Amino acid sequence: MTAPLLLTGGRIVDPSQGLDAVGDVLLVDGKVAAIGGTIAGPEAARRVDCAGLIVAPGMIDVHVHLREPGREDVETVSSGAHAAVAGGFTAVAAMPNTKPVTDNQATVGFVKRQGEAAGFARVYPYGAISLGQKGETLAEFGEMVAAGAVAVSDDGKPVENSHLMRTALEYAQTFGIPVVEHCEVMALAHGGSMHEGIVSARLGLKGIPGEAEEIDVIRCILLAKLTGGHIHLCHLSTKGSVDLVRWGKDQGVNVTAEVCSHHISLTHEAVEGYDTNAKMNPPLRTQRDVEALQQGLRDGTIDLLVTDHAPHHYDEKEREFADAPNGIVGLETALGVNVTWLLEPGILTLAQLVDRMACRPAKVFHLPGGTLAKGSPADVTVFDPTRAWTVDPSAFKSKGRNTPYGGRTLRGQAVRTIVGGRIVYDLNG
Amino acid sequence: MTILGKDLIALEGMTREQVTGILDVAEPLKEISERAIKKVPTLRGMTVVNLFFEASTRTRISFEFAEKRMSADTVNVAAAASSVSKGETLVDTARNLEAMRIDMVVIRHPHSGAARFLAERIESNVINAGDGTHEHPTQGLLDLLTLRERLGTLEGRRVCIVGDVLHSRVARSNIWGLKAMGAEVAVCGPRSLLPGAIEDLGVRVFDRIEAAIEWAEALNVLRLQLERMQLGYIPSLREYNRVFGVTRARLERAPRDLLILHPGPMNRGVEIDSDVADGPHSVILHQVTNGVAVRMAVLYLLAGNKASLADVAKGGAQ
Amino acid sequence: MSDAPTVVLNARAVARTISRMADEILELNDGTDRLILVGIQRRGVQIADRLADVIREREGTDLPRGALDITLYRDDLQTVGPRPVVGKTHLPVPLEGKVVVIVDDVLFTGRTIRAALDELADFGRPARIMLAVLVDRGGRELPIQPDVVGKVLDVPAGGRVDVFVPALDDRDEVVVAGGAPA
Repeated sequence: MTAPLLLTGGRIVDPSQGLDAVGDVLLVDGKVAAIGGTIAGPEAARRVDCAGLIVAPGMIDVHVHLREPGREDVETVSSGAHAAVAGGFTAVAAMPNTKPVTDNQATVGFVKRQGEAAGFARVYPYGAISLGQKGETLAEFGEMVAAGAVAVSDDGKPVENSHLMRTALEYAQTFGIPVVEHCEVMALAHGGSMHEGIVSARLGLKGIPGEAEEIDVIRCILLAKLTGGHIHLCHLSTKGSVDLVRWGKDQGVNVTAEVCSHHISLTHEAVEGYDTNAKMNPPLRTQRDVEALQQGLRDGTIDLLVTDHAPHHYDEKEREFADAPNGIVGLETALGVNVTWLLEPGILTLAQLVDRMACRPAKVFHLPGGTLAKGSPADVTVFDPTRAWTVDPSAFKSKGRNTPYGGRTLRGQAVRTIVGGRIVYDLNG
Repeated sequence: MTILGKDLIALEGMTREQVTGILDVAEPLKEISERAIKKVPTLRGMTVVNLFFEASTRTRISFEFAEKRMSADTVNVAAAASSVSKGETLVDTARNLEAMRIDMVVIRHPHSGAARFLAERIESNVINAGDGTHEHPTQGLLDLLTLRERLGTLEGRRVCIVGDVLHSRVARSNIWGLKAMGAEVAVCGPRSLLPGAIEDLGVRVFDRIEAAIEWAEALNVLRLQLERMQLGYIPSLREYNRVFGVTRARLERAPRDLLILHPGPMNRGVEIDSDVADGPHSVILHQVTNGVAVRMAVLYLLAGNKASLADVAKGGAQ
Repeated sequence: MSDAPTVVLNARAVARTISRMADEILELNDGTDRLILVGIQRRGVQIADRLADVIREREGTDLPRGALDITLYRDDLQTVGPRPVVGKTHLPVPLEGKVVVIVDDVLFTGRTIRAALDELADFGRPARIMLAVLVDRGGRELPIQPDVVGKVLDVPAGGRVDVFVPALDDRDEVVVAGGAPA
């Protein structure tokens, strides 16, 4: 039992309650005990001065790769969850493309227990849609949900078989979980290593057209329309995808969507010089796409922000571009990137930023948290949206160092991360 | 004035002064290959490694002649025979070679960007002898030298690159080199073998070879990789020849005599007919001769241009 | 350089000097048989042309003329780096049995002549090689001496001797500039 925590004098931004005011927050027994105004608090409470800082519901990243089991050399549930709290996240959802694939209750349970043992961010496992992510046979959603899975996905690759996707969308409704699709038409994307456009033409790299994503986006929307199931679309990267999701929502389809911090900040020009730290799938696209994604986030077409945190060993990235693996680490830079590219230019308000990083993820994935309403879990992100800092990958808590933001100065950084009423990260030690 | 820095990776970004400088140095070097003793002592004591991760007889031999005629010591490393096939990474291979105190590396590699990758990680001079579908700068330079010899100047001259531009490093180097020299550049080929953004590179596109022939003063006919058919980019070689083949009948209808270039090796009867390849306007063998001179010039202009690793754009492992 | 440039040979003096050099070449070789004039790029080539003009007037013979570019035979690539300009090398006839007169504008350290001798050796084995220079400014670093000299000048190490020729410079004179005693 930890001592009660009294966060004093911070600016509380909690869009779930329409709250934006300076005040105190009292956390007792892992729950929010009181919020707003000046709170006296019990004698035993530890007082934490939050003056000048934002006090927000704990941020949740529903798209991370923690690599355990299988690639503990590049990340573990523990190191990933540690990175998460260092980036201000109080919870993450871990994708199931582990080795072996997290496609059964035993592995789901293992990931969940590793998360609990680590004691940093809450770790919610994903289960696979298909056994071995092979796209053939449905995995046992029911048993995986019972073991702690919060959603299903074959992320890393699409569910190419439309019948299987239809079935997944139907079957998942029993358990009230979203089916999460990595949108990609493999026949169009095959062999590609960056966005197809002027930069790929110049660099002589095979490109992946935006349509490779968009065709799958519309297929999934139509299947969700057909089935009434909840489709959640991963890491959208194109203007076309935003337009299609907007259409789907207008049609009343149960579709939600996410965007990665790198897709709202960088373009394919980051690949210049064959920088493998700018290699990811879906690839970085054009400025026009970046702006459409930003607007989609602003108008709510895109529900939430994620990192697609994907650590790799430096040896794996230290090679020819086409052979290097996709992905970047993002947990420790996401808040800074989102503040720098969304909040500072005025694309999102502070309340909208908190909503897209905390409230919406909780709502879409039916997770605890995402609010500081009295009685909810004492998961709090305390951050400074004006603090400038320079990204130093060698200081990451993640084992991964693969980031295109290394050396860049960002604004906005987590100062304290509180999970279950316990301070699990403090910027100042 | 220095024409080249530590490496020659690409023609993209080169100025007209740089390209002209290389061609001007290459031109007098042609004479060396006509001597009884075909050798100058310029690179005496320097070691050049020809690091070929992809089979290439012509380019390797051309480089080797150039190196030997400049008195460099040469070592040929073919990927099949090296530890690359045992899983060693490119950067390890390069560092091991460099530990043996070499001066230059000529690299041919199936992946775009491999030459630059290497150049950023070793102190030796690096010459790109073709990286994936990116660039083949010495081929571009020898094409420019051949065209300049024949046309006098490249300024305002109309050159069309014909064939599989999508997968061609020769095409990219030609486009940048020709544009730097003020030529007008076009491409012609099936749209399935042209990059979607090709017009953004500042070139014209001809869908029909007949129109290209009517427009151009010179055609650079690319080799059609035979596996493109298996991969479904074109239906058949036969149809390719029918629609895009550079044939005598087509050239005879041209308003002027066209110079015909081909980087080799040719698929006779596919992208080019024999009577064109062997005809009076073919400069294909001059290209080969010029190739040695251009490579000698590049070796000379890079020799001694060292950068400390700290200056090289970015480090290797963190 | 504090010292102002001084013209040491004007156009008429250059003409007289070249005329005398031509005579000396003819005297030393007993005429024009077997002679080849080979100029070193670039101004040596111009001076060789003018020597040939004089010899044509005197003897009515057109001497074969060649040009040597010694850039690729220099010994300072590693220290100075590559030069951005390489000239043409051209030798008109086989050298076997011939008397090759190497012609250059200024003889200084002797390194250029060393390189020229190396390059000539790659073309064949002349009966004899001679050296004719318009100016010998001293300062030799190699055991090389000219056979025919237009003018001897004692120029300290820091000084410059510039030979201007009409074909390249629109001027026809020899100028010494700078060079406080070393």
